[in-house]
Amino acid sequence: MASQEQSRPQRREGDPDAPPPEVPVGGAQTQVSNADIDSVLDEIDEVLEVNAEEFVRSFVQKGGQ
Amino acid sequence: MGVQRVMGVETEYGVAAPGDPTANPMWLSGQVVTAYARAKGLLTGRGAWDYADEAPLRDARGWELGRAWADPSQLTDIDDPTMANVVLTNGARFYVDHAHPEYSGPEVTTPRAVVAWDRAGDLVMQEAARLLNPDPARPTVALYKNNTDGKGASYGTHENYLMRRETPFHDIIRHLTPFFVARQVIAGAGRVGIGQDSRVAGYQLTQRADFFETEVGLETTLKRPIINTRDEPHASADLYRRLHVIIGDANQCDVANLLKVGTTSLVLALIEDRAMPGDLTVLNPVSTLHAISHDPTLRTLITLRDGRKLTALELLWIYHDACAAYLQERAGDPLGGDADTREVMTLWADVLTRLGSDPMSCARELDWVAKLRLLQAYRDRDGLAWTEPRLAALDIQWSDIRPNKSVFAKLRAAGQVTELVGAAEAQAAVTTPPEDTRAWFRGQCLSRYAANVVSASWDSVIFEVPGQTSLQRIPMLEPLRGTRAQVGEVLERSPDVATLLRELIRSGD
Repeated sequence: MASQEQSRPQRREGDPDAPPPEVPVGGAQTQVSNADIDSVLDEIDEVLEVNAEEFVRSFVQKGGQ
Repeated sequence: MGVQRVMGVETEYGVAAPGDPTANPMWLSGQVVTAYARAKGLLTGRGAWDYADEAPLRDARGWELGRAWADPSQLTDIDDPTMANVVLTNGARFYVDHAHPEYSGPEVTTPRAVVAWDRAGDLVMQEAARLLNPDPARPTVALYKNNTDGKGASYGTHENYLMRRETPFHDIIRHLTPFFVARQVIAGAGRVGIGQDSRVAGYQLTQRADFFETEVGLETTLKRPIINTRDEPHASADLYRRLHVIIGDANQCDVANLLKVGTTSLVLALIEDRAMPGDLTVLNPVSTLHAISHDPTLRTLITLRDGRKLTALELLWIYHDACAAYLQERAGDPLGGDADTREVMTLWADVLTRLGSDPMSCARELDWVAKLRLLQAYRDRDGLAWTEPRLAALDIQWSDIRPNKSVFAKLRAAGQVTELVGAAEAQAAVTTPPEDTRAWFRGQCLSRYAANVVSASWDSVIFEVPGQTSLQRIPMLEPLRGTRAQVGEVLERSPDVATLLRELIRSGD
């Protein structure tokens, strides 16, 4: 069954107060290449709000369900 | 026996007026709904929704015609945009919920259809925004498919699953809670900021996890529970319950969206058929939920009450294998006996396997990975710390539904996201209801007889018939009746609503 293929990632004791771990960095198996990402970054630069700090500060929502 | 069941997803979209932070969000939300409804010629007032769920027809089944019904005071199309509430021709409900425009997708029966009609909701919002922003360079309204502002407010994306009433609710609580603690490693939409108000810099798997503060409860707007107990079946209450799941994020990646509802539907089948592999009760589910969301390395351990310590992936493999064994026993195949179940089981194993070896390899399939990969590339290129506002801005704009502003849309346009539902299919779902539930009848009534539909809801349509003084209410308490196969011909041969009602009575004999 498929579970036999499972790999066991490193383990870490659960502690919600611990500082967040470093995020994983893509390895060889990454399906989206870095060159692809870089070209998208340039496009995103064009759409990102110019004044990011002000944009983030003004994004205030009412709570919902 | 597989992933199929009556289900649907509802999303409250974030709403903002660019350049005017003082704009009233209820008013803005009303503008969004009424602009769309007017452009489509739909009734927008309070009367357009039939709130009488508790109608005296509780035991009625199928297509009996109701007696004259309705209070004329409810039928006035009061022109208050904050009460805007419409039923769309695809069977969805589009309305103002609290201070957000909400799209509640129609009832469907497969995970793939959930994805299609959820994507349709994005297109409805996109069209509403386009109508309100004749000059895209000077927008008056922006809409976001996210679930938090990062400052303490959260708004929901809820899943609804029809279940057998006979299934004890405590079984659902017991077996679904561990699944929800772990499910986020697949279904999370990703978020910059940790804590309800983002007080810790960093990245986490979900928009919603930090807003969950208790294990079980009725509330949805405060002290949110992992298992919500709202019991409002919108169907025959003696046969069904509607499980209202409030813990999920709004997904934009088709694969994550499909797996979110597909695997949940399968686990519910395990619970209904008492095929769960023993007790997986988590020791401290709320704090563990947060810890799992806060760890993109997926190494955090979940402690079970029996002392076992498992990663979220290991816990999900247990559920996966139980589903495979269940399908082997019932359908003679561990992947299931139909294409929809096979797709979910195949993708589930594939994603779990790759998350176990290198989470970033799921950047085409899972929202949180795709977003993290982009943020990481940005950080690497410009040397940005997680406190940098540009990263939080990118997180918000990730979910902007306007194509010219959406970061996710850029990624999808660049071919870097796996699509299960094509653009044409999503567009078709904007106007066409699913064929295999009562949503077909509801949506078709709006397409064909909109002028005579005075009101509708999940389980009723109310007609005003020319020449008749009383309104005619058609109850629809059985979600699997009113399908195209059942009423398609009747609708085809009914040029007007009077004929339709006569034909329905005749076919009901």
